[in-house]
Amino acid sequence: MYGKGILKGLGVTLKRFVNTYVDDIAWMGRRYFKPEGIAHRSSKDTRGIFTIQYPEEKLPTPEEFRYVPFLVYDEAEGGEKEVRCTSCGICSKVCPPQCIWIVRTVDPKTNKPIPQPAEFYIDADICMNCGFCAEYCPFDAIKMDHDYEIASYGRNVFNLDKLLKPASYYASIRPENATREDEARRAKEAAKAAAAAAKKE
Amino acid sequence: MATLSSPAGATQAETLNLAAKFPGVVVPDERENYSGWIVEKDSLVEVAKFLRDELSYDLLSSVTGVDYLPEEKMEVVYQVYKTTGGPGTFFKVQIPRVDPMEIPSVIEIWPGADFQEREIWDLYGIKFTGHPDLRRILTWEGFEGHPMRKDWQEPFYEEETKPYKSRWPEGGHVHAENKNPYSDNLRFPEKFDPEKWTPTDPEEALYASLKKATITDEEGLETDQIIVNMGPQHPSTHGVFRAVVVLDGETVTSLKPVMGYLHRNHEKIGERNTFLQNMPYTDRLDYFNSMTNNWGYSLAVEKLMGIEVTERAEYIRVIMAELTRIQNHLIWIGMMLNDLGTYFTPALYAFEERELILDIFEAASGSRMMCNYHRFGGVVRDVPAEAFEKIKGLVYDRLPGKIEEFERLLSENEILVSRLKGKGFLSAEDAIATSTTGPVLRASGVPYDIRRADPYGIYDQFDFDVVTRPESDMYARYAVRIEEMRQSLRILEQALKGIPEGPVMPGKAIYQVRVPAGEAYGRIEAPKGELGFYVISNGKPNPWRYHVRAPSFINLTALEMMCVGNKVADFVAILGAIDIVLGELDR
Repeated sequence: MYGKGILKGLGVTLKRFVNTYVDDIAWMGRRYFKPEGIAHRSSKDTRGIFTIQYPEEKLPTPEEFRYVPFLVYDEAEGGEKEVRCTSCGICSKVCPPQCIWIVRTVDPKTNKPIPQPAEFYIDADICMNCGFCAEYCPFDAIKMDHDYEIASYGRNVFNLDKLLKPASYYASIRPENATREDEARRAKEAAKAAAAAAKKE
Repeated sequence: MATLSSPAGATQAETLNLAAKFPGVVVPDERENYSGWIVEKDSLVEVAKFLRDELSYDLLSSVTGVDYLPEEKMEVVYQVYKTTGGPGTFFKVQIPRVDPMEIPSVIEIWPGADFQEREIWDLYGIKFTGHPDLRRILTWEGFEGHPMRKDWQEPFYEEETKPYKSRWPEGGHVHAENKNPYSDNLRFPEKFDPEKWTPTDPEEALYASLKKATITDEEGLETDQIIVNMGPQHPSTHGVFRAVVVLDGETVTSLKPVMGYLHRNHEKIGERNTFLQNMPYTDRLDYFNSMTNNWGYSLAVEKLMGIEVTERAEYIRVIMAELTRIQNHLIWIGMMLNDLGTYFTPALYAFEERELILDIFEAASGSRMMCNYHRFGGVVRDVPAEAFEKIKGLVYDRLPGKIEEFERLLSENEILVSRLKGKGFLSAEDAIATSTTGPVLRASGVPYDIRRADPYGIYDQFDFDVVTRPESDMYARYAVRIEEMRQSLRILEQALKGIPEGPVMPGKAIYQVRVPAGEAYGRIEAPKGELGFYVISNGKPNPWRYHVRAPSFINLTALEMMCVGNKVADFVAILGAIDIVLGELDR
């Protein structure tokens, strides 16, 4: 019969159409604008309409999600910022589009470098979000952000002011990574202290 | 562990053959870590004929140039394979690096050399005598110089290789556009004077290359054939791609694709980069399939480095590659149906499944499309447990049913069948001769799948069928892709069952990888066809040569053959059925 194929196909579209409403009713209004509804719509059981209504709804970002990097600082007791970056330059060397620019601090008296950045720029218009800087930083100082809404009318060259974010923020977006790295760092420091103590004796 | 294809091993049996058969003109390539043969340029055609006819190397996989500036030599490298399977062989022609450089064309033996030789002419300035239509292909007609030559420098040129010294330790930020682009690195033709310059039609040669005729019928009435430019801005061309079509009424009589609108000289960028820095750039080639692009590149570099991939990483690579194949074929179905006029219903149905797969990529790699997931020796991190559950849910519960649904929706649809059946015919002989690969070749009835013909990774451990269809038309290309998704699911089921625990990297990740001098060609069965990376290292941190054998680009060689005799409206569908992506085509 000619037209059988078309009817079969239309059956599929009709089923999809009906399924959208079946799911809407079954979920009783929780299907939209609720985290569990969004999770359901991006799970393997989703049926019917699955669109996320951005910006009212947003897809949850997984822990490893990466966007333009930021610099991590630890908050000291007095509220000072202890920047983790030592301006070793590995991130700027490994960066594929070469969008990281670092000026190393130099002691004005002795002319020797001090391990902290005087200036730090990331040209976010050039950054390709590959995540190499965060991956190869030996000090956990540069990390990839989750904030992807950075559209602006001008050029996005981020300086130190814009780049520095507290360690607590980092722990909030990447809890598992932050815990793992903190433990590793503490273990390393403990080992170092033990070695130093052993040397003293 | 599977053995990677090594041309060195393959040529062992033919060592006596080739060198003895052509004494004095063919010598083995004895540079360290190089393989294959060096052929005298005057006997190139003869040796090529012998390779194709006597040794049955019928598939010319890749032709590319290499500029050995320190040795004052130019080299053209040919990689040939057998469609019956097994490893291939390399052969090379070397010429002194003095203009004009000329090499005989092999287009008579392998018509698939057509675009590739044009590319070498464009980027290296090597002339191929006997090539019928040697014009620039990726850069524009008035371009000055040959950009892949080692002494060519781009505007805003900073340094020969990355990392640039201006970034650290005194890296005050400078906008690239504030540097003077009109200094000594911008070139004009010799004796160029803007005052006296009068533009000539740069496309004269292009239009001249088309077969155009005035036909006189019995009563003496003259009919002209007309030229139609499809694109570069045309919704059916999947990007900025242009085809110049000669029409007799509505029937296509001749066709030339024009490309390069998205050309960024990916390979030159690749030679400026370090080995690792190229990884995220490969994502941007075929931006639907970054996972497989990564794999092709890491395969080539791992071969050079001689390192083993950890077993868990091999399984993860297979899982990701097969998921990639499924989502590529899904998107292909969607876009193909768009080309046929079914606006966005099948496309959005396909996108639904694709989004679910991209969620997995995002959870594992951090990005939906620009995955940058592979590292030399493994993958960057393990797949999170919840993502694994999601993969299992998709593979066991969801995707098989959804593929069935697509079949119900489309496969018997009378409109789709009448648009696709019998159109865009490409015979098996032509498909092999024009070097097409992937689903297009298999739809012409040639069971050639690199996962089976020359296995890489751990594909030799999996049970799956190489899908072919004998009809050689567009419907066959559609049917092959539907069935390939099922085969991918089969592989996924086996991989999910067999995946062992263990590390995903052989050691600590390092950013300054040591790559010994030599050459390597890594090729994989990407969803669009054979994706090859030809990498030459000279022991420095940056590759000396980095070439991408892009399936979208080379599959287009057969476009004219498929289109001639069909109606112009079918051109849109035929182009769609090849499955091109401009990021990879133009590089």
